[in-house]
Amino acid sequence: MAKHKIFAFRRENGRVGVRNHVIILPVDDISNAACEAVANNIKGTLALPHAYGRLQFGEDLDLFFRTMIGTGSNPNVAAVVVIGIEAGWTQRIVDGIAKTKKPVAGFSIEGKGDIRTIAEASYKAKEFVQWATELQRTECDLSELYISVKCGESDTTTGLASCPTVGNVIDKHCESGGVASFGETTELTGAEHIVAGKAANEAVRKDFMAAFEDYTNLVFSQKVDDLSESQPTKGNIAGGLTTIEEKALGNVEKLGKRTKFVGCLKPAVAPTTPGLWFMDTSSAAAEAVTLWAASGAVIHLFPTGQGNVIGNPIEPVIKLSGNPKTVATMKEHIDLDVSPILQGEMTLDQAGDALIDVIVRTANGRFTAAEALGHREYVLTKLYRSA
Amino acid sequence: MIQFLVHDAADDVGVAVVDIEAGSDCSGRNLTTNESLKAKSTEKIPLGHKLALRNFAVGDSVTKYGCVIGRVVQPIKAGQHVHVHNVKTKRWA
Repeated sequence: MAKHKIFAFRRENGRVGVRNHVIILPVDDISNAACEAVANNIKGTLALPHAYGRLQFGEDLDLFFRTMIGTGSNPNVAAVVVIGIEAGWTQRIVDGIAKTKKPVAGFSIEGKGDIRTIAEASYKAKEFVQWATELQRTECDLSELYISVKCGESDTTTGLASCPTVGNVIDKHCESGGVASFGETTELTGAEHIVAGKAANEAVRKDFMAAFEDYTNLVFSQKVDDLSESQPTKGNIAGGLTTIEEKALGNVEKLGKRTKFVGCLKPAVAPTTPGLWFMDTSSAAAEAVTLWAASGAVIHLFPTGQGNVIGNPIEPVIKLSGNPKTVATMKEHIDLDVSPILQGEMTLDQAGDALIDVIVRTANGRFTAAEALGHREYVLTKLYRSA
Repeated sequence: MIQFLVHDAADDVGVAVVDIEAGSDCSGRNLTTNESLKAKSTEKIPLGHKLALRNFAVGDSVTKYGCVIGRVVQPIKAGQHVHVHNVKTKRWA
């Protein structure tokens, strides 16, 4: 792929981000109110309320900390104010984010109350936002961006047009040294053999099949021998998808024609080398994109058929659709129309180049449809119930 | 104007890329071979839904993308609408 220059934010650790958020991050559900109050006091900051963070344990707690620390560490984030009910877990998240060398400060509510905490955190947030708004974009290469991919509200046009367009970009991005990630473990059912065949080596293939079988076993452990109430979804069926196999075969078009994936990641774990990585994620859009944002992804490519409207607070979500009806009826949500592919009026290569152009413009600062519409879905993945 | 597309030479269903009325003579294209195809619809097929390219008996497999996408549970004739009323998953069932 030709080198594409972008203007973006190079962070203290060398990583490249395309947004410059100052986030107010709650450690737990009961600190959401204080975070929202700080974000209301200090303009240009963004609170990320969420539903969890108390009495989690084991692997679920590990994932929780990875998600919090990863969100704060994302290169689209300039600085972070962390607020929790108590000092211990608050400091643990602050220390994790501080490894990136970006500005981060923690505040805890116990022994002080909301009002004094909000006041102290607001002074710090004001300092951070004034510092961050003075940072300049610098010239970077598109291949320095970590891109995640996942489709939603799929239909048969997804497999014909929007997913293979993303696959075209994945091939070009990975060939130029970029990092990318795909996931949606249950949604690969029926195409797992195709995914396994794209593993870079036998160890990667085994890791992938282990993650896939683990999810399949979870489905059976819930005494559900049939996910057909939710896979395909009602929206998928309205769009003409009949079975999970058909949906999965369209889904994996996103992986490209030539790219092999180089490794498997647990949810919210950052890739360590360039290339395409599998991440073990849910297929629910907001949960999955939140995990990729926490793994450091800075732009998400989202093919949709029937019209999913998802966004993320820190990772811009670019939507493309090959369904001419969706492009017409939900045009405010669609960043790129690839429906001319259906009539042979656009090749996949042309569509891929058009998508790269949208990625470059988004990286340079142009809002995606989801950003302009205020979609900020921040949804933590919970592995099991709390203690 | 193309009315339906077929992913692979082995496929026995096509995907409507426009809303197809019952009794239409349809032009299609195979995306792998680039071959031009003809079919006649006997039912209404909405955009994105599948058109049978052959007759199927109960128990037959349906192929799309060159892969099996499900099993036939009601007989289907060429030109009919293929969907959840006559095809089910082979997984999770």
